[in-house]
Amino acid sequence: MSARRTRSVLSRYWQIVLPPFWSTSALWAVGTHGTPNNGTNIFSPASTPAKSIADLSILVLVITGIIFVVVFALLFYSLVKFRMRAIDAGREPAQVYGSTQIELAWTIIPILIVVVLFLATARVIHAVDDAPEPAAALDVIAIGHQYWWEFRYPKLGIVTANELHVPVSNPDHPTPTFLQLLSADTDHSFWVPELAGKTDLIPNHPNRMWMDPQRTGVFLGQCAQYCGTQHAKMLLRVSVDGSEDFAAWVRAQQRPAVEGGGAIAGRRAFERNACINCHAVAGTPADGRFGPDLTHLMSRATIAAGAAENTHQNLRLWIQNPSAIKPGSLMPAMKLSDADLDAVVSYMETLH
Amino acid sequence: MSSNAITIPDAQTDARPWVDQLHQWLATVDHKRLGILYIVSALLFLAVGGVEALIIRIQLMHSHNNFVSPEVFNQMFTMHGTTMIFFVAMPILFGFANYLVPLMIGARDMAFPRLNAFSFWLSFLGGLLLYFSFFGGSGLYGAGSAPDVGWWSYAPLGARAFSPGHSSDYWTLALLVSGFGSIGTAINIIATILCLRCPGMKISRMPLLVWMNLVMAGMVLIAITPLSAAQIMLLIDRYLGGHFFDTQAGGSAVLWMHFFWIFGHPEVYVLIIPCFAFMSEIIPVFSRKPIFGYPVMVAATVCIAFVSMSVWAHHMFTIGMNSYANSFFTLTTMAVGVPTGIKIFNWIGTMWGGRIQFKTPMLFSIGFLFQFLIAGLTGIMMAASPFDWQLSLSYFVVAHFHYVIVGGILFALFAAFYYWYPKITGRMLSERLGKWHFWLFLIGFHLTFDVMHIPGLLGMPRRIYTYEPGRGWDNLNFIITVGAFIQALAILVFLANLVISYFKGARIGNDPWDAWTLEWSISSPPPAYNFATVPTVASRRPLWDLKHPEDPDSRYE
Repeated sequence: MSARRTRSVLSRYWQIVLPPFWSTSALWAVGTHGTPNNGTNIFSPASTPAKSIADLSILVLVITGIIFVVVFALLFYSLVKFRMRAIDAGREPAQVYGSTQIELAWTIIPILIVVVLFLATARVIHAVDDAPEPAAALDVIAIGHQYWWEFRYPKLGIVTANELHVPVSNPDHPTPTFLQLLSADTDHSFWVPELAGKTDLIPNHPNRMWMDPQRTGVFLGQCAQYCGTQHAKMLLRVSVDGSEDFAAWVRAQQRPAVEGGGAIAGRRAFERNACINCHAVAGTPADGRFGPDLTHLMSRATIAAGAAENTHQNLRLWIQNPSAIKPGSLMPAMKLSDADLDAVVSYMETLH
Repeated sequence: MSSNAITIPDAQTDARPWVDQLHQWLATVDHKRLGILYIVSALLFLAVGGVEALIIRIQLMHSHNNFVSPEVFNQMFTMHGTTMIFFVAMPILFGFANYLVPLMIGARDMAFPRLNAFSFWLSFLGGLLLYFSFFGGSGLYGAGSAPDVGWWSYAPLGARAFSPGHSSDYWTLALLVSGFGSIGTAINIIATILCLRCPGMKISRMPLLVWMNLVMAGMVLIAITPLSAAQIMLLIDRYLGGHFFDTQAGGSAVLWMHFFWIFGHPEVYVLIIPCFAFMSEIIPVFSRKPIFGYPVMVAATVCIAFVSMSVWAHHMFTIGMNSYANSFFTLTTMAVGVPTGIKIFNWIGTMWGGRIQFKTPMLFSIGFLFQFLIAGLTGIMMAASPFDWQLSLSYFVVAHFHYVIVGGILFALFAAFYYWYPKITGRMLSERLGKWHFWLFLIGFHLTFDVMHIPGLLGMPRRIYTYEPGRGWDNLNFIITVGAFIQALAILVFLANLVISYFKGARIGNDPWDAWTLEWSISSPPPAYNFATVPTVASRRPLWDLKHPEDPDSRYE
């Protein structure tokens, strides 16, 4: 009990020490839809895996901190106490070759520390790695692509990209999210620091991770395993929704895209050009899978895997010349005429 | 112990025309000249790798910076890592081993002088091949030239589908060729130590530097071979239709990771053990006491060598291993901390009760002790695999291993430079410039690498060419960049010291530090044949016995 209290005091201590570094990100966040209101600080966990890791890390930091203080004190003391003084010139100190007792002491004490650290760590490894999946859990398949994320909800029939929506999990009735991690090309890593530790997405090597976010909001993260030219702009956001918001989001995603009347020309241009080789819009001939599914593009706050906000200007620039936003992106510049470009952008803006 | 000089007509080379002298350097099989060649070539690559680091740091100075393109940035971190590990750290340590091991065991050369020369030129050719990629390769997204797949070249990013052209091939060939050089040198060091020790130098009387280089060489044999095998498999994948790592055809990306880190983790110890060796020679001399617990130091070194062979997958905690594998590698990794801790305690035990002289080699050694302690403790943090699920692949890891490689290995190397430069050149390095070098480098190092831990804790991944504003990373990265430039300035002071002191340094005799091992018994620089008469030793500190005939070590051993 007292150990637990010490840890929670320490974790509060960290939150006092660290704010200068993360408050900048917390300050401008206001919590409106799609605006991140959480940082990427591993000591500010909002989900059980991240919380157990943060608790363990406080323990490890305390133990290593004590070791540091003790050894540094010994080092510093011997440097000051045994420095060469003028009076010593020309004389050699006593020649000591070693001491079995002392050697034994500084072998056995570290071994004991290792045992303690290992046992504490093994508990957390087991708790996170071997957590059973409850029946109420949400299943999501996350597929890493060169520089974007594909999310598929097999039981809900939803396909989306880059912005993962999950329900908040009440500790009394947990509704955790279990992710199956796949890769379509190279290695990637799913890292949203405040929700869970990272796990790699490796082709031909399916992985699993889970999270049970305890508070709503948008959590930031990004690909952590170098995956190619635009690894840096393979950003990731997880929107943790209240259960009603999540249900509403699911219903909206399950509907086919709403198509406004004024976008027929844009839709034609979209389908006539090579766009549909890579992109899908549910309920239309567009069924490409190489790029992000665009069925509900307008429900997303960002485009290009978080590289730009989803605004008219950015969308137009992105379709005209992806390299202007993300040089090295695999989306080619389609060299559309200005008329076609405007039409396609208008069509995209109907995909709510 | 006699060191009277022999007159050999060809040994006086100073008066010969420079073409002849150059030819003698290129065709030399003398372990001392090869040692110097290793060291000088490594310093050249250090300058290049350092410039690459500065380019990385300028780009990351603030968010959304456009100093270089993503392609160039990716090439820079790939080349920086590959250069620093394979063409700076390994060769420079091999250089010191080459130079010092025969002198310390009273031998006239390495066991296989021509293999020695062959190994050096292979390793140098490897470096040239790597840099030829700037002209001969092409990379991801048609990016002109150098390899840009990271210094691990994780599968399948290194496959032809994702890395077309030849930039990855230059990387592969560079590592393969220099790897054979490393294996040759390792065999040579082992054979030299086992067969060429002078009379009286039992294996239990070898200086710790010799012991640790013996262990290092053994580890090279075990660590480099799987890397070479993996490089050959990668070439087969790329050109002969193999599928070892080709995930599209059922190959395994994880297999490459295992191969790479079975090399990669022992490699860390291949680099740090020779630095332990420098510390174990320098700290006693400047504390005026013998090393505390010689047999324990040897045992701890051998223990580290064995345990470090079983920790490689701690580089792979995020790849989704099961809880048993995660626990096993957590335990082995933490266990390495025990013999490593014993070493730190023994060095402090050596200083305890001594008369510590704060000359430049000792200053760098103290810096090493302090930084290596912290690096070890952050290592323990990442050994706790759940903690590593957060820290791995972030800037925390980058800070940690630079703490080992710069704060540990490079500081130890600087200590070695200041300590043995008088032996190698016959002139002292300037103490005044040395202190400037030390303090500038210390300040720059801590500004950069202390601060670098924090963005990792705040979620900043490594290997990103730019980052979003508003994450709290900007100011930290700016400080890191400032520190990098202070370090660069310190390196310039060091290089200036090397050059100026070569011409103007104070000439010294055989033994400027009043030291105890055999290399200080002969002239500085040593003659080509090292020892006119092969010495005979009776203890671990032959020169102590010589200087203190009333109280020799041999009485206690």
